Amino acid sequence: MVKNLVELRGLKVAFDGVQVLHGIDLDIARGEAIGLVGESGCGKSVTWLAALGLLPGKATVSGSVRVDGQEILAQPRHVLEGVRGKRIAMIFQDPSSSLNPVLRVGRQITEALAIHRGLHGEAAKAEALRLLDMVGIPDARRRIDLFPHEFSGGQCQRVMIAMALAGEPDLLVADEPTTALDATIQAQILDLLIALRAETGMATIFISHDLGAVSQVCERACVMYAGRIVEQGTIQALFDNPRHPYTRGLFDAIPRLDGPRERLIPIPGTVPNPRDLPEGCAFSPRCSHAAIDCRTRMPVLSATDDGRLLSCHHPVGSHPPIGVTHPVGARVLEALS
Amino acid sequence: MSEHFKTPLIEAKGLVRTYEVRQGMFGRATPVRAVDGIDLRVMPGETLGIVGESGSGKSTLGRMLLGIDPPQEGQALFEGKPMPKLATPEWRALRAKMQFVYQDPLAALDRRLTIAEQIGEPLAIHNLVPKPHRETRVAELMSAVGLRPDQAGRYPHELSGGQRQRAVIARALASRPKLLVCDEPVSALDVSIQAQVVNMLRDLQEKNHIAMVFISHDLKVVRNIADRVAVMYLGRIVEEASSDVIFKTPLHPYTKALVSSVPVPGKLLQGRVILQGEPPNPANRPSGCAFHPRCPLAADICRTSVPQLLSVADGRTAACHMVTRAEASVAA
Amino acid sequence: MFRFASIRLLRALITILAVITFAFVVLRLSGDPAQVMLGPDVPQESVDAFRKAWGLDQPLWIQYLSYIRAIFTGDFGVSMRDKASAMQLVIERIPATLQLTIPALFLKVVIGIPAGVYAALHRQSAIDRGVILAAIFGFTIPSFVMGLLLVLIFSITLGLLPSGGQDTWQHGILPTLTMSIGGIGILARFSRSAMIEVMGQPYIRTASAKGMKWQDVVWKHALPNAAVPIVTIVGFMVGTLIAGAVVVESIFSWPGIGRLLVVSVSNRDLAVVQCILLLVAATMVVSNLIVDLLYGFLDPRLRAQSAH
Repeated sequence: MVKNLVELRGLKVAFDGVQVLHGIDLDIARGEAIGLVGESGCGKSVTWLAALGLLPGKATVSGSVRVDGQEILAQPRHVLEGVRGKRIAMIFQDPSSSLNPVLRVGRQITEALAIHRGLHGEAAKAEALRLLDMVGIPDARRRIDLFPHEFSGGQCQRVMIAMALAGEPDLLVADEPTTALDATIQAQILDLLIALRAETGMATIFISHDLGAVSQVCERACVMYAGRIVEQGTIQALFDNPRHPYTRGLFDAIPRLDGPRERLIPIPGTVPNPRDLPEGCAFSPRCSHAAIDCRTRMPVLSATDDGRLLSCHHPVGSHPPIGVTHPVGARVLEALS
Repeated sequence: MSEHFKTPLIEAKGLVRTYEVRQGMFGRATPVRAVDGIDLRVMPGETLGIVGESGSGKSTLGRMLLGIDPPQEGQALFEGKPMPKLATPEWRALRAKMQFVYQDPLAALDRRLTIAEQIGEPLAIHNLVPKPHRETRVAELMSAVGLRPDQAGRYPHELSGGQRQRAVIARALASRPKLLVCDEPVSALDVSIQAQVVNMLRDLQEKNHIAMVFISHDLKVVRNIADRVAVMYLGRIVEEASSDVIFKTPLHPYTKALVSSVPVPGKLLQGRVILQGEPPNPANRPSGCAFHPRCPLAADICRTSVPQLLSVADGRTAACHMVTRAEASVAA
Repeated sequence: MFRFASIRLLRALITILAVITFAFVVLRLSGDPAQVMLGPDVPQESVDAFRKAWGLDQPLWIQYLSYIRAIFTGDFGVSMRDKASAMQLVIERIPATLQLTIPALFLKVVIGIPAGVYAALHRQSAIDRGVILAAIFGFTIPSFVMGLLLVLIFSITLGLLPSGGQDTWQHGILPTLTMSIGGIGILARFSRSAMIEVMGQPYIRTASAKGMKWQDVVWKHALPNAAVPIVTIVGFMVGTLIAGAVVVESIFSWPGIGRLLVVSVSNRDLAVVQCILLLVAATMVVSNLIVDLLYGFLDPRLRAQSAH
């Protein structure tokens, strides 16, 4: 059954003996857009760096990562090099420092074209120009020979996207792509990602701490905390009715641009140190709904009646209203596509 | 007493700041205006939010209000008196009344001193509290910002980002300043911690009657904490109004675009104004209204004449030919 | 471009002038050439006559001005000892010195840089640790100790290589080795840290994420960035091509400029010493200039705007 494009099973990562990712299960169907939401240290970036083998050597990675049924975790280098850029492409947070400063931008794109599509010389250059046009770089013909420092942050991110598209990947992982950019440029880049996805049909993973941005690009989202997924569901479900106290806390903590100017409701305490995780639910020390069992028994990510996945003994929010979806098994996603 | 409330705590009149940029290794130096004529005022106890993107000059303005960057033209007044020159004894004495909180708390703290020592430093420098009482005052400050007493002996790298920023704020409050200038104080913090720090700043400000200038690119946070908001573009203020009103009914096309660009959870793209083009380069200032190359409403007058910041409604100002024209025709 | 180059050139000239002036003053104030040249038992009239003949009885500033004036006409003075043109003497010795310093530079670059890069790419491995240790060993041991050590092992104990003079090419092996060991260590260490810094940069991760082969990431993305700091060090080493062999030449009795310098200083042979120092300063300054220009070529960011 190779229905899903990518399947993560029990993905675990440890740095120097400290566990930072505690077993991630995730299915991505073809063409799907999934958001990965969480604060610092939750493991949202580490998940994908680990999946692509981009973590430094001292990281211990275990579990399974399958792309179209083929296992890629802990495979020899050439297997990973065949997947990176070609099946799964990744763009990163700080576009200005994610491009090589001493190489021309055109060269950095044609490199990818040579590796994945066997294009060289004039053909490669023509395609690079087409990609730059596609991502909205004005005057591409002249700018293709410029160096990264001659581009603004937003333009660097467009170049990164062009480079990522060069391999015609099936999945684009965007790791906080707009965080370092100005507000009006963020909007442009989000728009671009949405348009590109519509045009190419590629799946997207959008990693961010910005719930609003995620809601623009994605249909479903996973909320992560301390190396685990704590809630997963459609954007609609999550935003209308967050059930995990952490998800709820995130929404309450974000100030609004509309509505009344109210005092914010923060989540008390801080994100835990991976070395000092509490025994039960990692969020329990900060949770206003925590009960005795939360501190001793680790909740498991399981399906709820309304088609989401939740890892909580005492969820908040209301039970789903009328129109409950059909019962689903543990692998929920195909039912919701 | 009424006099005290009429005088703005801090006032800027026509502030201009330029610096030199050299083109390439061999080119000539061209002057660049980072701040191009700013007038504003902040009353005691009030919070003014300053919003803008890169190149807007908001950080430079923050430093000029504190007297750290001297203006090439115009002046900054504190309590009605002109700002003394940088590094003079009068300027240093004024530090007790005005403090700066900026984005990176780790950079703002000395790695080799404990946070208790650093929070207590202003007390020593300005001789505000006799030595035997300093420890108590430091403990007071720490508790006011939500730091635990056992953290007094910790070093900055042993604390989390949010805790460091609290320590920076405690230190800023030590001298009982009347003005706090904050430049992106919560941008580097996680969302849940941001909320904690924003609430804390608000509470402390209310309790101690401190005026605040809150500079940020994050409109949502600014709206929550500021009473009035000034929007900056390429060194000038393009719109100023109360925070209740400015984001709900923005008048200047740039403010509208900014508000549009903030993704709202659950709401999709329709009706959004997506600005084309890049944030402007101060070295390459467009003629007339600096915003005209990206403005959907730009007309001929916008290319030739720089719009002044004029009153367009009660307590609202905007610098836009199209807006003032529209308001004028409505009034007529 | 003109402005850039002319500023650099002016600075270069000023540096050279400063070096010459310094040498000039120190030499004349630190001892009487006449005494040294003629020996201690010579009558005062001879000493005075000597001094007069060489213009040493004039006030310091007059001597200085005549010297500077002479330089502009290409006259670099005459050796007090050999009565020959100072510049001529110095130039004759250059090839001998270069016979040591050029192979040494070659070894430093060809062994030091790859060792450092390899160590950076295989951190925490046995080779990495080995390279670091060897590098530290290499550059902390002073060259005279190293030279004597090598002589002890290879000349005296093993009898394999000669220990002095310039007769055959085998005579050049130990001095070259002595000179290069320190430099190999320094270059290895710098290359290693430059590479480590570069490999930690975000753009290296981007290159890997693109699906590039590891070798390509290292050769095409990492090394060009590591080049800038490495080139700085190599540039410095090129600047010492003439002057760097002083100690080694003395130990191995190699008839190069270094030996000439030592001998001339002890003899207070003013013209020769000044000549050598002039040449050394010029070489240093020129190589710095070349490195500066090379930066612009290697790092496009340096060609761009600079705000101040």
